[in-house]
Amino acid sequence: MNLQWSRRGEDLYLYLSGELDEHSVSDVRARADRLIDENAGLSRAVFNLAGLKFMDSTGIGFLIGRYKRLKRYGMGMYLAHPEAGADKILALSGLYSIMPKIQE
Amino acid sequence: MNEMILKFPARSENEVFARNAVAAFALPLEPSLSELSDVKTAVSEAVTNCIVHGYRGKGGGWITLTCRTEGDALTVEVSDEGRGIADIGMALEPFFTTAPSEERSGMGFTIMQTFMTDFRVESEEGAGTKVTMTKRFGQGQANVG
Repeated sequence: MNLQWSRRGEDLYLYLSGELDEHSVSDVRARADRLIDENAGLSRAVFNLAGLKFMDSTGIGFLIGRYKRLKRYGMGMYLAHPEAGADKILALSGLYSIMPKIQE
Repeated sequence: MNEMILKFPARSENEVFARNAVAAFALPLEPSLSELSDVKTAVSEAVTNCIVHGYRGKGGGWITLTCRTEGDALTVEVSDEGRGIADIGMALEPFFTTAPSEERSGMGFTIMQTFMTDFRVESEEGAGTKVTMTKRFGQGQANVG
């Protein structure tokens, strides 16, 4: 798993790439949380999933965990560009109702 | 008809190996990319369950993965000799998890049921759990493989 990021205005962009499963999640969880903490006070975080080649339900738990952390800082969370496989899981689990899918 | 049996330790680093081995085994059936993605995800869920639930607190164990192709169908069995499931009905409920503090989503069985054509789980407390699931290829959109 790889995590890159950028900051544009009031938005934090997190770019996930690789395969997200039980094995790879702990490392990316720690890195994402550190980034969120360092950028607390921005208005929103956008998780760009374009590079995510695989994700199972571990990804749902991961995203909900980050959503809760962002919420504590009053920051909104958005998802962008999931591949078809990830998109199917995200839609099935209803995640888009709390972290909308956007095109940016 | 073709068959494969894999046995490997219940360690999370084997999740990627297990799902890709099943995907490679299924290739002669010419699944679409979307069907292959469904199978990989379902296998990953089943193997993860063995690791994080089946052998929880037991210091490890073995996972047996059996695959069979017949006609246009792939059948996968994933079994452990772990703790077993106390209440299968509850375990199958979407979003039910015994480990909410670990950011578990409780969606594993729901994904297996949704992504595969047939799904069955058998479990005995203290003896282990076996998930059997079948994917019939070519049921949806045209194959791209």
